[in-house]
Amino acid sequence: MDRVAIVGASMTQFGDRDEWLLDLLAEAGDAALSDAGVDGADLDHLYVSNMASGEFEGQTGVPNALAHDLAAMPAYTARIDQTSSSGGAGIYAAWQSVASGASDVTLLVGGEKMTHRTTGEATDVIASLTHPVEYKHGVTLPSFAGLTARKYLDQYDAPRESLGKVAVKNHRNGLDNPHAQFRKEVDLETVLDSPIVADPLRLYDFCPITDGSAGLVFCPESVAAEYTDDYVVVSGVAGATDTHVVHERDDPTTMRGVVESSRQAYEMAGLGPDDVDVAELHDMFTILEFLQSEDLGFFEKGEGWKAVEDGVTDRDGDLPINTSGGLKSKGHPLGASGVAQAYELYQQLLGRAGDRQVDAEIGLACNVGGFGNCVTTTILEQP
Amino acid sequence: MSDDDTEPPLDAHRCENGHLSYPGHARCPDCGAEQTETVDLADRTGEVVTWTTSTATPPGVREPNHLAIVAFEVEGEAVRALGQLTTADGVEIGTAVEPVYEAELREPGAGIREPESQAWDGYRFEPV
Repeated sequence: MDRVAIVGASMTQFGDRDEWLLDLLAEAGDAALSDAGVDGADLDHLYVSNMASGEFEGQTGVPNALAHDLAAMPAYTARIDQTSSSGGAGIYAAWQSVASGASDVTLLVGGEKMTHRTTGEATDVIASLTHPVEYKHGVTLPSFAGLTARKYLDQYDAPRESLGKVAVKNHRNGLDNPHAQFRKEVDLETVLDSPIVADPLRLYDFCPITDGSAGLVFCPESVAAEYTDDYVVVSGVAGATDTHVVHERDDPTTMRGVVESSRQAYEMAGLGPDDVDVAELHDMFTILEFLQSEDLGFFEKGEGWKAVEDGVTDRDGDLPINTSGGLKSKGHPLGASGVAQAYELYQQLLGRAGDRQVDAEIGLACNVGGFGNCVTTTILEQP
Repeated sequence: MSDDDTEPPLDAHRCENGHLSYPGHARCPDCGAEQTETVDLADRTGEVVTWTTSTATPPGVREPNHLAIVAFEVEGEAVRALGQLTTADGVEIGTAVEPVYEAELREPGAGIREPESQAWDGYRFEPV
């Protein structure tokens, strides 16, 4: 079967942006097309990954707006909403569009505009993904992280400091990412002394609220060389769900959507966790990096914290995780994050990551929606 | 504890194969069978699986907001519920708690959710 290639990628500056969503999407879309040497008129399909443009900004119908702005008419368009994993779900949709033969060239742009809202309002928009029996108690995604972190630390006898070291590592990586929201090193003491947000987790255990956008251009591998000499291949991609109601899970420290989506992605790629050279994980909260690194099979259950303590996941370690700085330092514009994970892998696999560069031929991205409710795992490879 | 007959039940839903879930679903999440009966958890004692105190709460939610996941055992079958704690004082993993009715857990309409779309009363958990 002809594989699907990524022939162009882009990412805007993440952070507190003056532009509104349509302009952010156009900025990333235009840059991805330029990177690939593709015109809007060449596009058969155009997808926009976005969680909540209507709720945040009162702007709906964004894929059609983007098609117009990029002169992509009459390309087919659709919006992909899978909450925080909209970007990963967009990669799956874009891959399907090309793999099925429905589209010869597909543009995916993920984006979100959030910072004009107060923290409470933005938290509430995100918490609106919860079930009514959860929402009425005022549960938030950060509070799920606090509940899970306490259980994890207790169940696996892990020190609180190990979570802080995830934040320290990812901030250190973000220093070298020019697009990151925070390019500031933090020490462990600062993390552990920061204000409590959801006990036992503190401010520096959480990603910020962010504006930003990222783009990817897909085509069949058989024609990729017509656009560029430098491309990567989507060798595995799969999505899976877990319970919507978080407390219904038997083991709160396992994300079955991560387990199942990665199992399918590995199978499709003919690879296993030991083959992965670099990974971008969804560290919306520090605890999530432990859960994913275990549920992806990188480390035994309950051992992910030791890998961080031992430096295994540092940029110069055996398995660098979140060389981009992760959501923690790079920022988390919901719909953009899964696309930006793939942007980082694309840069790493093509040797374009500058000071962040690691030696990698195979990269994996895990994009988590809700609190593990819906997950997409993507494996990218050098051709 | 539900001492008043006017207080609604805290209903877990049971399918014909004996699996329990809270809340109920169109199909049993464990086996896909229809859920055919309910079990009121309001008069039972549960155990804290984990808990947190949230200090960054959305509009209309008390601050700080103490929350717990609580496990109940009904005839050998486990079922869990998430809810506010009346207090975090002395609460640990494994603490025994009882449901206490609260008419309004957060202010309807202060957040994004349509007030008429769901109930806002329910049960907090009180350490025994």
